[in-house]
Parts: sequence; C-alpha cells; structure tokens
Amino acid sequence: MYFPSKKKNAVYVSPIKQDIHPIDFSLPTEPMNHKRKNPDPSPDSDEPTTQLSSPFPDEVLERVLSLLNSRKDRNSVSLVCKDWYDAERWSRTHVFIGNCYSVSPEILTRRFPNIRSVTLKGKPRFSDFDLVPPKWGAYVHSWLLVFATKYHFLEELRLKRMTVSDESLKFLALSFPNFKALSLLSCDGFSTDGLASITTHCKNLTELDIQENDIDDKSGKWLSCFPENFMSLEVLNFANLNSDVNFKALERLVSRCKSLKVLKVNENITFKQLHRLLVLAPDLRELGTGSLLQDLTPRQHSELKSAFNNCKNLNILSGFYEVTSIFLPVLYPACTNLTFLNLSYAALRSDELSNLLIHCPLLQRLWVLDSVEDEGLEAVGSNCPLLEELRVFPASDPFEDEILHGVTETGFLAVSYGCKKLHYVLYFCRQMTNAAVATIVQNCPDFTHFRLCIMNPRQPDYQTDEPMDEAFGAVVKTCTKLRRLAVSGLLTDLAFEYIGKYAKNLETLSVAFAGSSDRGMECVLKGCPKLRKLEIRDCPFGNAALLSSFRKYESMRSLWMSGCKVTMDGCRFLAQEMPRLNVEVISECGNDGCQADKLYVYRSVAGPRKDAPPFVLTL
Amino acid sequence: MQGVVVLGGATRSGSISTLSMEDNNLVLSSEDSSSPDESELELGLGLSLGGTACKPQQHYARILTAKDFPSVGSSVSASSSSSSSSSSCSSSLSRANVTSGTKRSADSVAAANGASSQVVGWPPIRSYRMNSLVNQAKLPATEEFNSLIGSSKNSNTVVGKGTNNCSDKNNGSAKENGRLRSSLFVKVNMDGTPIGRKVDLSAHRCYETLAQTLEDMFHTSTSTISSIRSSGEEHDKATRSSKMLDGSSDFVLTYEDKDGDWMLVGDVPWGMFINSVRRLKIMRTSEAKGLGNTLRSEERNGRQKTNPI
Repeated sequence: MYFPSKKKNAVYVSPIKQDIHPIDFSLPTEPMNHKRKNPDPSPDSDEPTTQLSSPFPDEVLERVLSLLNSRKDRNSVSLVCKDWYDAERWSRTHVFIGNCYSVSPEILTRRFPNIRSVTLKGKPRFSDFDLVPPKWGAYVHSWLLVFATKYHFLEELRLKRMTVSDESLKFLALSFPNFKALSLLSCDGFSTDGLASITTHCKNLTELDIQENDIDDKSGKWLSCFPENFMSLEVLNFANLNSDVNFKALERLVSRCKSLKVLKVNENITFKQLHRLLVLAPDLRELGTGSLLQDLTPRQHSELKSAFNNCKNLNILSGFYEVTSIFLPVLYPACTNLTFLNLSYAALRSDELSNLLIHCPLLQRLWVLDSVEDEGLEAVGSNCPLLEELRVFPASDPFEDEILHGVTETGFLAVSYGCKKLHYVLYFCRQMTNAAVATIVQNCPDFTHFRLCIMNPRQPDYQTDEPMDEAFGAVVKTCTKLRRLAVSGLLTDLAFEYIGKYAKNLETLSVAFAGSSDRGMECVLKGCPKLRKLEIRDCPFGNAALLSSFRKYESMRSLWMSGCKVTMDGCRFLAQEMPRLNVEVISECGNDGCQADKLYVYRSVAGPRKDAPPFVLTL
Repeated sequence: MQGVVVLGGATRSGSISTLSMEDNNLVLSSEDSSSPDESELELGLGLSLGGTACKPQQHYARILTAKDFPSVGSSVSASSSSSSSSSSCSSSLSRANVTSGTKRSADSVAAANGASSQVVGWPPIRSYRMNSLVNQAKLPATEEFNSLIGSSKNSNTVVGKGTNNCSDKNNGSAKENGRLRSSLFVKVNMDGTPIGRKVDLSAHRCYETLAQTLEDMFHTSTSTISSIRSSGEEHDKATRSSKMLDGSSDFVLTYEDKDGDWMLVGDVPWGMFINSVRRLKIMRTSEAKGLGNTLRSEERNGRQKTNPI
C-alpha cells in the first residue's frame, strides 16, 4: 500500500464502510506533506506545494473539508484519494465511534489528530434490558488516558452505555483544560462524587447532561461544587438523579448563567422552586420540570402561568413527574412553540392529554405513557398535524396484575390518520392486528423507524389469530425509507422473508421471540444490503443461520444473539473464518455442543479486546 | 380467599391470560378474547411462553425489575401476606414483591413451576424507566378498582379525602385514572440505594407496620431499619420486630416535614406525622446525628420514648 507522494493523481480506493474502515489503518498515517503539521493553515503560508496532484492548494482543500459535518460525507471524502484522506483527517474535529471496541484509542488518535469532540458507544444495546452481565466492559478510562496526551484540547465527550468510574471523571476533569460538554446516557459505574469532580474543576463547562444512568446517587452536593464565579453553563440536565440538590445553589447558578438554554431538574424540585427558576431564566429553550404534585392556590396558579407565559423560546418540555391535572393549564401558554413534549414519566389521562395538546399545534415529537389510552391518541391525531415522532411507553408493568388498559391498534390508527408526517414510532401495546398495521403504513408511508412492541411475546393478531407476518410485510413493502425496524408478536419465517426481500434500506433490526427456523435469519442476512446492527433474542436460529452469510458481518457494526440455538462450535467456526471479527460468547459451558447463550460479534481493527472479563469468551 | 394468578399459554389462542387479584379486588372487564370458551377471562397479560397451562394454585410475584432489586419473599410469603386483608403492609409488600430477573431463556421459563416466572429484559424498556414504573403510585391491592375506573374523571387533586388523619396537602394521590381514594404515597429513599420507592402511608396505622414495610422494601441482609423507639410489638415475626426496636441497626428512618425540616420518625403521634410528612428517608445512623430530635446514634439501644400510637 505504498503511494509515492509526488505521483500525479494518486488515487486509492477501498470499500466504503460506515465508520472507520479497517483497511485504512494499514496505510501510513504520518503525513507525507510537511505542511500538514499545521492544522490551521494560513493562506499566507509560503511553503511551496510539494505535491502537484491536487488542483487546489491543500489549505483550501482543508478549509473546504472542514465545513463538512456529516460523518458519512467525511468517510466518503476520505476515500477519494490520498490528499483528500489527509485533508479530511486533519480537519475532522468530531468523531463518532459506534462500538468502542471496533477501534483502539491509539489507532484513533493516530488518524485524527485534531479531535475536539468524541462520541463513544459501548455495550450492546440489549444491556439496557439487563441482558448483559455487569462488568462486561466498555470502560472509558483507557480512552481518557490516551486522549489526555493526544487530545489535550478535548472539549466534548458523549458516552452511551459505557462504564465510567469516579476516577475517570476526576481524571477527565483535571486533564482537559478546555473541557466543555459532558453527556452520559445509559452509563454505569460512577456516583455523584464523580459529577462533583466535573463541576468543581471544569471551568469552561457548558454542558452537563446526565441521563438514565445506573448511578450511585449519593447526594446532590455536586451541584454546589460549581464555583461562585462560574457562569458558562448552557445545558444542565439532572432530571434522572434522585438526590436533592441545594436549591439556593441551583438558583444562584441559574441566575449567573445567562446563556442557559436547557434546564432539566429532577423531581425533588417543587413547583414553587420551579417558578423561581423560570423567572430567572425565561429564555430557556428546553425545560424539564420537577414534581408538580402539591396544591396550588389561585395566586400561585396565575404566577406560575405567567412565568410560563414569559418563556417565549420554549421548544421542549419534559419532566412532569407526578403531575396532577390542576397543573397542566399552567403550561398552556408555554406550549405555543413546543416541538417536543416528553410526557413519558407522567401518567396522564386521555382528557388531560387532549386538553394539553390543543395548545401544542407545532408539536413534532411526542412521548407519552399508555395511560392516555386510545382516546388520548385520538386527540394526538386530531391536534398534531405536524407530528413526526411518537413514542408510547407502558405506564405500568405489563406483567403486573392490575389495571390493564394501555393502547391498542385503535390508537395507532387514529394517529396515522391525523399525522401524515409521522415517520418515527415506538409503540408498546397489548394487542395489534395485521389489518391495522397495513392501514397505518398506507396512511404514513414514510416511516424511517418502526418499532412495534406487542408486549406479550409471540402474541398473534388478536382478531384473526394469525401470525403478525403480514403486518411487518406491509411495513417493509410500503415504507421504502425504513431504516430501523423492531418486530414483535407471533412471527414465522415469512415475516423475515418479507424483510429480506423488501427492506433495502434497513440498517437496524431487533427481533425477539420470533421466527420458525434458520431460514428466517438467513433471509435477512441475504437480503438487507445496508444492515448494520442485528440484535436477536430468544429465536430458533442456530448455526446454519449464523453461518449462512458470515462474510456479511464485516460490513455490519455488530450482531447480537441471545437465547437462540447457536452452539459453541458454530461460533468457533465463525471466529476462525473471519479473523477481523471479534466473536465473543457468554456461556455456561465452553464445550463444542453447548449452547452459546449470548453471542456478540462485531468487526474491529483493534483485535480481540484485552479487557474482557472471565465470563466472556473470545473465540 | 387466596387470589389466583394464572399464566396463560398463548400460542394460537387468544393469548389473554388471567392475572386476577387477591381478595376483593375486582376483575376488569375483559376485552374480546379469541378463545371464546374462556368467557370469564379477565383482561390480563401473561407470558405466552411455550403454552404452559395455568397454574391456579400459585401466586406469582411477577414484577419485572432491574437487577438491583433483591428478591423479596417467595411465592409463599406473597400469599400469606396478601391473604391478610387487614394487614396494611400487604399492599406495599405486594408491590415490593419484586424478583430480580432470572437468566432463563423463554424455553426454560415455560417449564418453570412454582417460582415466579419472568422474562428478563422484556418488554424492552430501559432499566431506569422500568424502575420508574415499579415505583409509580398504585392503589393497594385491596382496593376495588371497578367502581373507580371511569366513574370519576375528575380528580385532579390532591385534596385528600378519606382518612381523617390525612391532610389535604402533600398527598401523593394516585395518578391513575380517576381514583378518588386518598392514598398518601410518599417517596422513600435509602442512603446508598440509587432507586427510591414509594409507600402508601394511608395503608398504615402505626409506625411499626410502616417500618416493617420499609424494611421489606429495602431489604438488606446486613442492616435493618430501626426507626421506632416505641415499645410494643405489632408483628408476629418476633425476630423482625426485635431487630427493629433494637436500635442496633445502621439506619434510621427520617422524614421531611412540610417545612422542609428533616425529623426522626416516631416522635410525634401518628396522625401528626401523617399530616406533615412529605417524604421519607432511610439515613445512615452516622449521618442522622443532630436531626430533628435528640437522636444519639450511639445510645440507641432500645431507649424508649413514649409510644406515639
């Protein structure tokens, strides 16, 4: 792979991959042209161009490429020729790594020297549902160690499903003087002490976003650790933390931080306190309320209402822990410009939702609990013509023996009739029919994300008793733009035949309790050219399915199979044939014939991981 | 009258299985079932895993939770607690009967008998959100739902009716549709436990049962809650109550009153407590010094104060 630097129009082409392509890293990554050392080229540079192949001076090329933000575009650009590859890598400031084990920090920092912002995702998605044992991995610390030397000016770190320790957070806080934004979603391994390190030491912090983590919530003291002269915060989200924060400290913080745009408080903040915060920060774009449970006197009611009225820029509302009806009208004035309403922690009734939605004409995204029932969803259909995304979560544990209302196909249908722009749906329901789904996708053929969860595993069409094959067949036939699909209900191989045949843009597929034989999975693997993530649980797919198109896995980010019929020898075979895949198994026993309980396969340029716990077998 | 929880197999059938409640809890009107012979079918959800038949004798604790939650009681204790309708603890306990997910696949779950059967990680909701579901205010098991559902659409609030001790403030009134009954749900957090719970104070009449409930909820093997310094034993479980009154535990029960002050639980009459409590916290004894009243953690060896009850 030698490219003489002076060769005119030197071009190399390698197969296009999504994120960082394995083959790239066998290239010399040291720049061939000395001027590359300066990442901020001045147009006055009088260094002679040593390469004549490019029609532009490299500075121009870099300047142009630095305007590219989409990582897909950047990946394409990097494949054009060596010059463009170099220009791209020097000008890239943000990198997204969908699987932290697909690449090593050393390789990353070698290729991209000027990164300011990193997004890292760790564990397989099913770890959100407790399918991955603790201490599985995805430790951020080893990344931070390398970043401390190579990316000293790192500003942003966004982590999803990574294991983060307090020590890591402290290290982060102390190692990066320009650090600005920290976002932790669905991570684990740390406590509020770690947050305190961040708030104490990060003088330039603009964003602290702590969402849905498995955190040891010891106290709210971290909030009080912001220095008294600290005022750069723009985003603060501690909605999912349970401990009390010192309200006075919060109040002072909000009043100092004039650029605060996003504030999401936790449920310990009362409405009175919320009122004070709103008065201090009327320019908020995103607000997460606390608990709205207490009584309101008429005066408090009108005060709060007028505070909300003053929030002219509010686009996103969330929180609503323990909200009672009496509060909702207080919000109406704030809803005029609302584009995203997250009610997924508030068990609203249909009438409450309906009354609220009347005031939200511009709504594009709505998350609710199924306590609103079909009637509530009818109100959605009637009031939200601009709706693009709907998520309906179950309000109560579906296996608990209490109220069982929730939503049915009727609600979904109603939304599809009224919301023609709908393209993203996550829908937890207790019953569904093939006919309803067919109608729904007829009404809304532009679905990009269709995630239907019929909560009872293997439940058929409740009217006809048939499998739900035709439903998902309709989805993939009609929705040609479909990128993400989650299936449920009783499904035979036919559903997967449909998927393989029609879902040509499908990138992510989630399957549970479905399929009748290996053929199902085979159809998908053969048929979906853009498939990147496949996650399967409790399906009758075995070695034949796994190995039917095993070369495909190198074009995918990852494959997860748990509770299926693959056995150890099948996995071993895969590992043998595909050395650039990491094949990891969590299984009770390691003998050939044994079931491989949990299989995780992913491509990597970093080789097998060195931090695997004992229960993970890398084959 | 022991309630029955039934697992319905649901391969080709209507897949609606019965999950009926104990005692006078009412069944909800059923939806159309595609298996017409099950006419008395209550609407419910069951695991349709491999089509196992119902197991009428078993009472399952079928709450799906994150792995954090220790298993509280087997099916036996669940039955015994819920059968005593007078026990105000049962309501909270039945909710506290959480069982950590087992790592069995769907196939083996079908073969399970007697033990609570759940599917790990299903439905696919993030643990954080799932825990919020479990913690949401719900009516105690002894309620009658039917009359409440649909008949009262108002209830916005918060005005407490019912128990004479309840104030009209700070009622954690149930959020579900149209409940009029005043339940007094308050949050309970425990030091060192990331996930809080909720307990219905109106289901209790005395500190002992409350402490008992909380102890069950936050069941830890090493420490117990010693919240009450009153004398008297309300519980048959001698070992438990003695632990509670021992003063030997590492934790103490405190509450935040409506003025925002943190006080020790047990010092005021129950009624007064109910009126002013906003939420509870199980604090480490070491951190509870100087609270509210004169608690010396070192001296909590059964020093008795006037029984508030």
